[in-house]
Amino acid sequence: MESSNTFFGEFLAWLPNVQLAHFLIVSAILFALGIYGIATRRNAILVLMGVELVLNAANINLIAFSRYRGTNLDGQVAAIFVIILAAAEAAIALAIVLNIYHRFQTINVDEISTMKE
Amino acid sequence: MTIPMSPDTLIMTAVSILVLPLVGFALMLFFGKKLPRQGDWLETSLITVVLGLALIVLAQKLLNYHDDIIALNFTWVDMHNVPGIGPLKIVLGFQVDNLSAIMVAVVALISTLVHYFSIGYMQGDVRYSRYFAFLGLFSFSMLMIVLADNFFLLYVGWELVGISSYLLIGHWYEKKSASNAAMKAFIVNRIGDVGFFIGIAILYQTFHTFGLREIFEGIRGGHLPYGSEGWLTAAGVLVFCGAVGKSAQFPLHVWLPDAMEGPTPVSALIHAATMVAAGVYLVARTFPMMTADALLVIAYTGAITAFISATIAIAQNDIKKVLAYSTISQLGYMVMALGVGAYTAGFFHLVTHAMFKAGLFLGSGSVIHAMHHALHHQGDHQTDPQDIRNMGGLRTKMPITFWTFVIYTLAISGIPLTSGFLSKDEILAGTLAFGGLSGHVLIPIVGFLVAGLTAFYMFRIVIITFLGDHRDARRLEHIHESPRVMTVPLIILAVLSIFVFYSFNPFGAADGWIARAMERPESVTPASVAPATNHVFEQALHHAHLPAMGLSLLVATLGMLIAFTTYYWKKISADRVAESLKPLHTFLSNKWYFDELYNGVVVEGVLVLTRALRWFDNTIIDGVVNGAGLLTKGISFISGKFDSGVIDGLVNATAYVSGFAGLLFRKFQTGKVQTYIVFAVLSVMIFYFVFRLV
Repeated sequence: MESSNTFFGEFLAWLPNVQLAHFLIVSAILFALGIYGIATRRNAILVLMGVELVLNAANINLIAFSRYRGTNLDGQVAAIFVIILAAAEAAIALAIVLNIYHRFQTINVDEISTMKE
Repeated sequence: MTIPMSPDTLIMTAVSILVLPLVGFALMLFFGKKLPRQGDWLETSLITVVLGLALIVLAQKLLNYHDDIIALNFTWVDMHNVPGIGPLKIVLGFQVDNLSAIMVAVVALISTLVHYFSIGYMQGDVRYSRYFAFLGLFSFSMLMIVLADNFFLLYVGWELVGISSYLLIGHWYEKKSASNAAMKAFIVNRIGDVGFFIGIAILYQTFHTFGLREIFEGIRGGHLPYGSEGWLTAAGVLVFCGAVGKSAQFPLHVWLPDAMEGPTPVSALIHAATMVAAGVYLVARTFPMMTADALLVIAYTGAITAFISATIAIAQNDIKKVLAYSTISQLGYMVMALGVGAYTAGFFHLVTHAMFKAGLFLGSGSVIHAMHHALHHQGDHQTDPQDIRNMGGLRTKMPITFWTFVIYTLAISGIPLTSGFLSKDEILAGTLAFGGLSGHVLIPIVGFLVAGLTAFYMFRIVIITFLGDHRDARRLEHIHESPRVMTVPLIILAVLSIFVFYSFNPFGAADGWIARAMERPESVTPASVAPATNHVFEQALHHAHLPAMGLSLLVATLGMLIAFTTYYWKKISADRVAESLKPLHTFLSNKWYFDELYNGVVVEGVLVLTRALRWFDNTIIDGVVNGAGLLTKGISFISGKFDSGVIDGLVNATAYVSGFAGLLFRKFQTGKVQTYIVFAVLSVMIFYFVFRLV
């Protein structure tokens, strides 16, 4: 393998040796996308999808840190907790969304308000 | 009577003579109305006492202190050092010398006689006690003038007689003409007094004293006002101005005829015998300080006055007006006499004139009183009781009044055996002497001419009033002689108009007691401007005596004859003469149009000034005031605009900014959870990256 003097070349060389930083960057990107989804989407289910993304990003962070900086498997165990809680929370949230639809006939977050204009 | 009184007693008697009438005035003013008979007895008895004391003083002075001056001085004010003026000390006082003593006696006598006469004349008058009170005030003031030994008290008395004259002329103030006359008298007097005041001021500034003796001493010592003889002449002429006003000399004579609006006894006292004589007295008093030029002015003023008023008198029909002009004319005689240096003669005439002129006025008062009474009986309120054309034949019904009136007329005309003959003769001799010495021949010419005119118009009055037939025979029946209180004074004055009281020689008074008592004083002016010395003048007088007597007899007889020819024997028709000389007659009977002239020039002049000042006040002064108001309005307008514009603008802007900020910050409250989540995440990021916290 020859050494490269271009940015893209250096980037390609950096990719294969997966270190902590690679995982953190991925998790950051996922987190950002999740936040974007929460903040931006009008459909309630899409907001929930964003929430899931955030949770999973946090999971990746936990596991990465546990693999590269931990001596035990605390991170992975915590990740399993998070998955379980995420599942429970998603179930509840969907039930809420169903009730909202029943009440408002819509799941547009902008419109589900009984506040005055 | 010949037991000598000590000088102190004499002067104290003089002071009490001065004070008694003042006491009478005060008592009458405050209590008069409540007293029985309104207090006329109180005032009259006081003045009679004054007369008694005055005669005693006169006798004592002439018999025991003939050539002395007895004085009483006191310091009124002594401010030792006034910054800017220096020592200020005013010494006042009174003196009794021959001049004062004789004047006091004359004033007291005439005043007393007038008081008695008034009891009859003013009976039933609406303001009886007030009248007597003011007579008292007048007597006090006149006595103050003649007893003062300094210009200060003299001026005080001078003004007081002016006030008394005003109050008495305006006694019947409901009558507009009377109150106008009173004001005219006072104002015209005041004009003369301005000159007098300036003269006194000049003398005070030069000599720092008001005292006459001190001033004369100063002049004799060579100390002249502002160091010049010219100023001495000026001071003399200015002092004479006071006399011009008070003694009704030309050009300030216009008040005296109008003053006849007052009651006739007042005319007798004030405007015949005493107040108007005050001017003559003043000239006599200040004679030593008069330079030859000043005396010349005085002589001509007197001569002009005598002439003008005599010509007016011949064309008047109101008995009191004729007497008024006659008074002015005789005063002119006295002033002229003093001006030519005939000091003794001038003063002598003052005394004799006081007697017969007061008598003439009181006599005319008696006539008017009787006419009033008769007209009242007939229910006639239109006919003028003072117009001689309504009279005639009164001799039969009013004998005492008639005969005394004749005696007075003889005296004023200068017919021998009367006092008037002696005094007038002396004056005419004096004018002849003066004419001879100085070449001013107009003065003796005027003197003799006026003597003739005087005889003429006085006998005219006598003839028309008393002789012949009365206009209305029925009215004549109602005419009676006046009561004794009125006729006795007439008799007394008639007796005093006979020569024997003044000199035992019916043809010359030079050895009489009056001539010896009133010798002409030496002038104290510097020799370069002094009048002829006593010695030189006496010499000339001696030579002029006989020609004067002859000439005066001639003109007096001529005047009398012409009067009789025209009015009694009716050989000349007065009306035809008047017709043929109509312009002249109109000019004379309208008093030479002096009143019209003064009205047009002086009064109009003052009114023009008034209008100018009123314009100034209304336009300019009020303009400034209004302008200030407008300025304030303008300022307040600007201030208002500032307040509403700037201040309110600031307040509004603040509100607007708040509103805007509110609008801005309201955006945070979207109500959407998603927004809040974003804020939370952002905040965490800020905390971590910027503040390194977390």
